[in-house]
Amino acid sequence: MSPSALRPATLPPRPTSGAAQPAALRERLASQVQRRGALAVLVLMVAVASATSPTFPTWSNISGILGSNAFVWLLALGMTFVILTGGIDLSVGSMYALGGVVAAYGAHTGGTWSAVALPLVTGAVWGAVQGLLVARARMAPFIVTLAGLLGARGLLQALTNEGATTYLVPAGSAFRHLGEGTWVPVLIVAVLFALGALLLTRTRFGATVTAIGGNENAASLMGLPVARTKVLVYVLSATTAAAAGALGSARLGSGVTTIGVGYELTAIASVVIGGTLLTGGSGSVGGTVSGVLVLAVIHNLIDHYFSQYGSAFTDTVNGAFLAVVVLAQTLLSRARQAD
Amino acid sequence: MTPTTWAAADLLDRGRVTRLLQAYGVYAALVVLFAVAAALDSSFLSAGNVRIQLFQVAPTLMVALGMALVIGTEGVDLSVGAVIALAASVVPLYLGYGAPLAVLLALLAGAVCGAVGGTMVAFARIQPIVATLSLMIGLRGVAELINGNSAKPVTDSGLLSLGADQVAGVPVMAWITAVCAVLTALLVRRTTFGRQLVAIGDNRQASKLAGLPVRRVLVTVYVLSGVLAAFAGAMIVGHGAEADPANQGLNMELNAITAVVVGGTPLTGGRIRVLGTVAGALFMQLITAVLTQHDVHTSYTQLVEAAIICFAVYASQERRTR
Repeated sequence: MSPSALRPATLPPRPTSGAAQPAALRERLASQVQRRGALAVLVLMVAVASATSPTFPTWSNISGILGSNAFVWLLALGMTFVILTGGIDLSVGSMYALGGVVAAYGAHTGGTWSAVALPLVTGAVWGAVQGLLVARARMAPFIVTLAGLLGARGLLQALTNEGATTYLVPAGSAFRHLGEGTWVPVLIVAVLFALGALLLTRTRFGATVTAIGGNENAASLMGLPVARTKVLVYVLSATTAAAAGALGSARLGSGVTTIGVGYELTAIASVVIGGTLLTGGSGSVGGTVSGVLVLAVIHNLIDHYFSQYGSAFTDTVNGAFLAVVVLAQTLLSRARQAD
Repeated sequence: MTPTTWAAADLLDRGRVTRLLQAYGVYAALVVLFAVAAALDSSFLSAGNVRIQLFQVAPTLMVALGMALVIGTEGVDLSVGAVIALAASVVPLYLGYGAPLAVLLALLAGAVCGAVGGTMVAFARIQPIVATLSLMIGLRGVAELINGNSAKPVTDSGLLSLGADQVAGVPVMAWITAVCAVLTALLVRRTTFGRQLVAIGDNRQASKLAGLPVRRVLVTVYVLSGVLAAFAGAMIVGHGAEADPANQGLNMELNAITAVVVGGTPLTGGRIRVLGTVAGALFMQLITAVLTQHDVHTSYTQLVEAAIICFAVYASQERRTR
């Protein structure tokens, strides 16, 4: 991804005079580490893992890493946009589950097209409500999407009679092809991430998203459509999450009601590790890809080396890792803004 | 909106109505809820039912008190649920030395967690939501590691009586929580620390320039939140006669935040309503209880709760002039 001319200047102009040179250098260095740190860590981890473990670089292991979580990664894609505006979306885990159940319901009752359309519409409407509450009623994104998290789960439980009803995707449905094997899901996710990157770096909408996160008041004074863009960002996030759930249910063959708990945290962690600032205004889709993969590889390595400790150990390492990354991010962004 | 409605709204003085709603709305809602619940179901006010509600609300309220302090500083503590899990793993380890010591060590563990979160917030200036999010993810893992991934039955009489005994017909848990609520209210209203805390939540920069010990106050607030959460964890373990770090305290951070927000404490900091938090916790507890007792599905209960949170936040917002 090239440094885009479309991206509004959220950084102060770099001083070029001799005296300011070291500060400018440090600032540029910090900015580079912040943007590409996750990629460097990823490359390092893969290199070390490949060197020390004969099973890591095998075909089955890599396709396991890529295939098993592929759709969940979409949550991080939508979350990137939300966080770039300085917001946060805690509802994506519930939306993921809801999307899956709605898709299975659609496939069960209406056929392939309703299996595709229902989750997308549900996600869009849910996201629009959340976005309107954030952008128009000016409520804290954190609390709106927290209510969204509860509400979407509630809706999901209502739809499945408290989890008693399971909707199956019919075996012959073309919808099921979307989740088959390893490469179909990975390809779908890769295409969507590429589209996301283009949306962020090559469109007016993407530029506005970054501008809002950089300085909402300034963006508003510049005449950018702040409220509309914020609503769209939440629509994007919820729709992506619901679509991810739909694809997941295509893979599993049914909508699973208990799925997705805590996924919002994984998504946020991926975005933050990928170098997007939680305060908004700076970050990239490419970084999120690195962040997602860093977490996936860590997960895989822990499973490989420390499987006897189980998921608790994974959580512990994830939490510690997130703390370290966030600490580094904070220090780096302070280095960027020094003087 | 037509001009006539505007005129009517002016008569009512929108600003004052909003302020009254902010300050006393939760109490009014609680009274209405009580009346409706008692009218619908005569056994609602029975001693047995009231006692059950008190048992259930006590740990949530305990956590919410700490959360109110944190939110007062314009922060949020997502780690409280995980601290409960940690307490549930620490308490059984030391029950051999007696319940008081085991609980004390759990409180210590909670204090350490709070200190870590507070340090990240105060010194490294990491956003509270992220700092405590990493604790939330990591601590539950630590708790499960300590406990060995399985629920353990608890038989220590001291801890069981903390969780299940009653004094004068009221659960011990509720007594202790009530005392903590009073102490918290006094802390906020009557001490220098409380004033500093609220001032920092109102304007951190100005507080710093005014020479307040911002960092120390922030760390202390998170430590208090951790200690209260750990105590709630001990109560939960005692009440359930079981230590289960994988499941105990799940979603507790959400419940606590809800209680605080419904109680009228703004998420933007600078104001703490301790009594409102008590009412908020009771209100959410009773709503859930009433809906469940009248055979409303959990799913709809969740939808109702979500709607209440949204409304409470909207109502408690400071109206910006545009």
